[in-house]
Amino acid sequence: MTAAEAPAGRQLVYTLAITEGVRQALQEEPLAFMAGEDVAGAGSVFGIYRGLLDEFGPDRVIDTPISESGIIGLAVGAGATGLKPIVDIMFMDFIGECMDEIVNQLAKMRYMFGGKATLPVTVLTMSGAGMNLAAQHSQSLEAWLCHTPGLKVVMPATAYDVKGAIITAAREPNPVFVVMCKGLMALPGEVPEEPYTLPIGKANVLREGDNLTVVAHGRMIHEATKAADILEGEGISVEVIDPLWLQPLDTDTIINSVSKTHNALVVHEAVRFGGVGAEIAAQIAELAFDYLDAPVGRVAAPFSPVPFSPVLEQTYVPNAERIAAEARRILGTG
Amino acid sequence: MRGRSDARDGVPIPLCAEDAVANSSQAMEPSEEVLKDLHLRMVRIRHFEEEAGKLMEQGKSPGALHLYIGEEAVASGVMVHLSDQDQITSTHRGHGHLVAKGGEFKKMYAELYGRETGYNKGRGGSMHISNVDAGMLGANGIVAAGPPIAVGAAFSNKYLARMEGRDSMNVAVPFFGDGATNEGAFHEAANMAAIWKLPVVFVCENNGYGEFTPQAEHQAISDVADRAAGYGMPGVICDGMDAIAVWEAAGEAIERARSGGGPTLVECKTYRFVDHVGLRGIGLHYRTDEELEEWRARDPIPQHEQRMVEMGVMTAEEIQAVHDAVMADITESIEFAENSPLPDPANLLNDVYTPTAAS
Ligand SMILES: Cc1ncc(C[n+]2csc(CCOP(=O)(O)OP(=O)(O)O)c2C)c(N)n1
Ligand SMILES: [Mg+2]
Repeated sequence: MTAAEAPAGRQLVYTLAITEGVRQALQEEPLAFMAGEDVAGAGSVFGIYRGLLDEFGPDRVIDTPISESGIIGLAVGAGATGLKPIVDIMFMDFIGECMDEIVNQLAKMRYMFGGKATLPVTVLTMSGAGMNLAAQHSQSLEAWLCHTPGLKVVMPATAYDVKGAIITAAREPNPVFVVMCKGLMALPGEVPEEPYTLPIGKANVLREGDNLTVVAHGRMIHEATKAADILEGEGISVEVIDPLWLQPLDTDTIINSVSKTHNALVVHEAVRFGGVGAEIAAQIAELAFDYLDAPVGRVAAPFSPVPFSPVLEQTYVPNAERIAAEARRILGTG
Repeated sequence: MRGRSDARDGVPIPLCAEDAVANSSQAMEPSEEVLKDLHLRMVRIRHFEEEAGKLMEQGKSPGALHLYIGEEAVASGVMVHLSDQDQITSTHRGHGHLVAKGGEFKKMYAELYGRETGYNKGRGGSMHISNVDAGMLGANGIVAAGPPIAVGAAFSNKYLARMEGRDSMNVAVPFFGDGATNEGAFHEAANMAAIWKLPVVFVCENNGYGEFTPQAEHQAISDVADRAAGYGMPGVICDGMDAIAVWEAAGEAIERARSGGGPTLVECKTYRFVDHVGLRGIGLHYRTDEELEEWRARDPIPQHEQRMVEMGVMTAEEIQAVHDAVMADITESIEFAENSPLPDPANLLNDVYTPTAAS
């Protein structure tokens, strides 16, 4: 079920959709527990887990010390021995602290052990700039994770998708990173009350169009949609695709779209060089070269750390205007 | 040697390591100059932070500020012993460390405002505010990032002292919270400093909480200083609400580090009077009103002022004049920040790399 097919009904903001996703994951699976820094007593920094401690108690909703390496290690060990850990690494920037546990343990244990271990681990974390939190609290590091065989990565940017992504991840027998968008916490959307999942590795077609395919993920789906509105006023019909799952990636949906529109633009908030968009652009070039009318375009962050000063950060983070301008350049209308 | 007239920004700062040695090797009775110096540093931090907190909550200063209010005695008591050649590493709660190390209000507020005239040209903001020229190696957004960096600085200090044939070394002081001592980085740094007898003084600002989690729930000890034993270095506890107590404990440890005696872990028991972020915070009730009141009653600044009056070091009028002068500096500095130019977006990519020398 995609957002478009969801029954019209209850609205929930992104934060509360997160809470509900974790709550239902804990309700349906007695082996599931949640752990992280300030997740229990405080409900985390944006209140995304508020109320879970009261409902599930301190044996299942656990405040950890400030020990990211320990947190992922906990998930690896507990996951490999029968529990279903849901752990939180507050801001994605902090995965630097636990990259060994992620890359060398969590991702590889099953393969190294000849398939004899199962790691049903969910890692929740927040990414993204735009709040003037500077270089170490604003990054989008999803490419690091996508480059690591053994991990699945989903980047939900609507209230519907974030709840579904969390439940999907919690039911999945593999490590899944749910990379949430800290800039979307107040975003409302339709969210069904019952638990539901998202098909793993299936993209969302957010809008259909004929002249250009824009592939955007994370918070950029909203900028891409805005850009599509602007371009529509200029007679340009844009198809907007949110891969949603960056690992595994829905290559088919992207290629089918480009085969129809003959033009492609890839958008993300992360640094452009070596970003997930580079992989998507390469796949389009490999698989849809004969359909392309122009080289694949990319709009993403420049090659610098995220600057603090709002004027610089605004220049740094891609937006609808820049997406529209690049679209015009690709189509030769600008 | 104290109180030279060429001190920056009205704060008497010893100008080189030798001055600081001379100062810290004084008997453990602080001179009148030291008492006044401690006071001035604390008052500068307090007013700086109160005004910064207001600017944040009025939406004038962007981003999130972690304020140092309540913990002023720690930074001040340590920094009196350090020169610009000694380094510190700071935390997310870093303004107080920079103010105490002689930070200029103009450049600090300008940084909080994201202006080109700020210490970091607006690139870093509160969480990365720094002054490398004065040995302030940055506030840090990553908990426990400081201690390993301070170990590197201390390694450098020892290396250079040996190259230059000096007995006395510059010292590196990492500041970090109770919560930070649960990160592996802290432990790796402590071990390396100890085995190599590096001139490091680890200063733990134990304010009883990591964000909203009380110490009793994040570690099974109540004295962080106990961790020193595991690395073979002395662990000392002092009253972090008393600038003289910090000055004494830090002085001894810094002296030992300078002269090659190796690292010390100094734990300062302190408290933050405001929330984890900003003044009001996010309205979570993780501390009782009674607890807050108990600690507020031990406010390091009135305590120190009362003592100075009793000792006849300063009169109430003189003390008031210090506050007034600091406030005047703040008003002028905020105005400076507000009128300062914004960074030019065309320069966004500057300073990602140091230019490679032409070969
Ligand atoms: C590696 C890392 N993990 C988590 C955080 C989020 N965080 C910021 S401050 C803080 C609490 C730090 O506690 P403590 O070290 O005691 O310092 P205090 O805030 O009490 O001064 C946390 C968890 C972070 N910035 N970096
Ligand atoms: Mg603390």
